Amino acid sequence: MPTKEIAGKTIEVDAEGFMANPNDWSKDIAEALAEEIGIAPLTEGHWKVIEFSRNDFSATGEAPTLRRITKQAGVPTKELYKLFPKGPAKKVALVSGLGKPTGCI
Amino acid sequence: MKKLVILGAGTAGTMVANKLSHMLDLNEWKITIVDQDETHYYQPGFLFIPFGIYGPNDVIKPKRDFIPAGVEMVMSEIELIEPDKNQVKLVKDGRVLPYDFLIVATGTTPRPDETPGLHNGEWRKSIHDFYTFEGANALAKHLRTWDGGRLVVNIVDLPYKCPVAPLEFIFLADWYFHKMGIRHKVDLTLATPLPGAFTKPRAAKLLGNILEEKNIKVVPDFLIERVEPDKNVIVSYEEEEVPYDLLVTVPLNMGADVIGRSGLGDDLNYVPVDKGNFLSTKHDNIFALGDAANLPTSKAGSVAHFAAEVFVENFMRYIDGLEMNHEFDGHANCYIESGFGKGILIDFNYDVEPLPGKFPLPGIGPFSLLQESEMNHWGKMMFRWIYWNVLLKGKEMPITAQMSMAGKWA
Repeated sequence: MPTKEIAGKTIEVDAEGFMANPNDWSKDIAEALAEEIGIAPLTEGHWKVIEFSRNDFSATGEAPTLRRITKQAGVPTKELYKLFPKGPAKKVALVSGLGKPTGCI
Repeated sequence: MKKLVILGAGTAGTMVANKLSHMLDLNEWKITIVDQDETHYYQPGFLFIPFGIYGPNDVIKPKRDFIPAGVEMVMSEIELIEPDKNQVKLVKDGRVLPYDFLIVATGTTPRPDETPGLHNGEWRKSIHDFYTFEGANALAKHLRTWDGGRLVVNIVDLPYKCPVAPLEFIFLADWYFHKMGIRHKVDLTLATPLPGAFTKPRAAKLLGNILEEKNIKVVPDFLIERVEPDKNVIVSYEEEEVPYDLLVTVPLNMGADVIGRSGLGDDLNYVPVDKGNFLSTKHDNIFALGDAANLPTSKAGSVAHFAAEVFVENFMRYIDGLEMNHEFDGHANCYIESGFGKGILIDFNYDVEPLPGKFPLPGIGPFSLLQESEMNHWGKMMFRWIYWNVLLKGKEMPITAQMSMAGKWA
């Protein structure tokens, strides 16, 4: 598995840059990843989504879908598109240190 | 007597009822199957109705014809599943069905009312669907007199039933309008929440090329927020607009409402199960099969079929307190109609994406994998006979439940 320097740490990632191990994640890493995909600095709105997603992942073992974030964390889908433009489901998972969301097809 | 209750007499429920009625000792077991609809629809056939290839009578038969002797069939809506009491409450006569084991096979249905503007005054006028019997027939009627314009196929969200069907629809539409002599007056567009034609890379590439060859436009990463029927546009959450004259929607799919009411489902009313053996993650005497389960694979009859084979083997062990030692691999096998009498075959599972090669089928095959051929089209047409006469009745098929790498070019 390839590794990558993120926020001064060597982190295992997959071919598309999603972190291999969610336990390697830290808030500094989230900021660095947000910078890379052009959504830095992270605001309160971002953190609400990231924290929900990480908690949900530890409960279910999967990165949440947009529908789930909207329903369970109360963040409207439109807002998710503003916070994480162009493919929010993937970007939320990336910044939250979760693997790439599994497509259902 | 031990009691097995099966909810839903669709593809998965019917197959399992047939298989288990032979495998279980009916002196010891009472099997009851519940459904609210008398008619069994051959759902893969809905795709062909809008283009006049199949008529309404080609896709319907009475459900009772496929329920084996010795299995009680109850026609009723389901009021509530009560896992803590091991019973199911029915609407009809307030009947209560106690169970030792429950199989949930209540499927998934399109919900056009979940998208603002979709299910309004233009429904079945300039906005159509083809995933329901009524929708497919209404669209057939509409297309007979449609004289061209912008036809947009939009997938609302994932997961949805039979993931290749929207592509097949648009391939067949291309063929149909050629045949009608109006292809030059028709713009074909696929607006999809996926990043391309399909999720799995090699199939996405092939299908993307075919779309391009047929001059079909793809709008990727398009997650619809609303329809504005007065302006004839669909609008994404990013405020991207796609104009249409005829919108063919694949509405949001959800599992049965009774699953949600009974606290058995996820956000879309699908039952969370172990993806290898279909046992509910919450209740050790409830299984979910077919589209009703939250398996990370295609919602399709072929998956239900392979899953049913694995399930019955495991179930016969589980009821005797033995470990379930058969593991489902997510096997799916789909014929994709590509128009002009040709088709493509794909065969894949949880881990192996659709690959090119040959698909061996004793006595009939081989079929070509991940490339167009006339043989694949005939495979698809032949499948309707197999479905009614072999598959639903739970008879042996010459395809293994586990995906095989034989013939595939890895």
